[in-house]
Amino acid sequence: MQNEEQIFLEKIDQEIKIEPRDWMPDAYRKTLIRQMSQHAHSEIVGMLPEGAWITRAPTLKRKAILIAKVQDEAGHGLYLYAGTETLNIGREEMIDQLLTGKAKYSSIFNYPTLTWADIGAIGWLVDGAAIMNQVPLCRCSFGPYSRAMIRICKEESFHQRQGFDILLTLSRGSNAQREMAQDAINRWWWPSVMMFGPNDDNSPHSAQSMAWKIKRFSNDELRQKFIDMCADQAKVLELTLPDKKLQWNEKRKHYDFGEINWHEFWNVVNGHGPCNKERMAARISAHENGAWVREAADAHAKKRRAREQQVA
Amino acid sequence: MDNEWPLWEVFIRSKQGLDHKHAGSLHAADAQMAIENARDVYTRRMEGVSIWVVESKNIHASNPDEAASFYEPANDKPYRHPTFYDLPDEVRHM
Ligand SMILES: [Fe+2]
Ligand SMILES: [Fe+2]
Repeated sequence: MQNEEQIFLEKIDQEIKIEPRDWMPDAYRKTLIRQMSQHAHSEIVGMLPEGAWITRAPTLKRKAILIAKVQDEAGHGLYLYAGTETLNIGREEMIDQLLTGKAKYSSIFNYPTLTWADIGAIGWLVDGAAIMNQVPLCRCSFGPYSRAMIRICKEESFHQRQGFDILLTLSRGSNAQREMAQDAINRWWWPSVMMFGPNDDNSPHSAQSMAWKIKRFSNDELRQKFIDMCADQAKVLELTLPDKKLQWNEKRKHYDFGEINWHEFWNVVNGHGPCNKERMAARISAHENGAWVREAADAHAKKRRAREQQVA
Repeated sequence: MDNEWPLWEVFIRSKQGLDHKHAGSLHAADAQMAIENARDVYTRRMEGVSIWVVESKNIHASNPDEAASFYEPANDKPYRHPTFYDLPDEVRHM
């Protein structure tokens, strides 16, 4: 036992990936199952706020782009579920954990998409924050997670760009369109900043995840990078971020920013966001109403197998 | 949630002339559905020109715990590599 743990730690130390059938500590496995399955759930639930605008996209081009983006998110969910299954947890068990509320998904998806500009803000800010989180995960010590993240990151950059493109178009449009874009940014900014999770001194599992090289940067480091990136990009959009304390700090070479409302963060995490109930209801109904499709496919496969056997 | 569809491993040839490479896995009721799902999941950006699917239970793998001894026989045969041989400088095209 001692020996296996040592081999594991040496691999981590030498940046050798851990693969599913390698020995790993139980806690490492559990941490990954929790993190990867919650990541998968987030991709799947994340389709809902944007999916709501597919039928209302302003042009055929925007509609086609949005469909492609939402379909990518479904793919991301599948890569991650498949990766998590290599840790010996069944797909059904994971889905069950989501639908019974045992597993969480990213709180950002518990906010509503009120206007078309929200689709722009989600692409720019929410996918932007996701990319910031996901790029270092490409180097995660667990092979299947790392490979899934590499695939995902390749696809994500178009998500952020199409969002920025929507906002840029609105910002350069009529006054009403500009206001719509600004309003969307005002509502999505702080929830996006919160996507990086609690401050480092309030993030109990972080140190272990960093030691295991699941995580490479702390929550606050990634949050700062994200804020620096957006503060500059907002200037190109000629729109503002809703933070009066946002200011370049020459000494730190970073933007200073205002106080995060952690009360709101924990409130949404604990199920009291504007759309928590709606999102769960939508997932449960999709799962229940899709049951007959799964059964029919199964029956069809059985029938075909029987027919093939008859011929043989 | 009674009968989960079986798991399939997906292998994709990215370009004519290259090997099929493991891309990931997915659940499907049968092979045809696995191929169709693999197309949607793993080739949305023309990443493939050919797909293989194999039911995961049919994959047999070497044991990682025995890796050291299993691959050991190759360890002491450096003469299988061209760099093992010192050639005089004047030898060309070898
Ligand atoms: Fe995604
Ligand atoms: Fe995305």
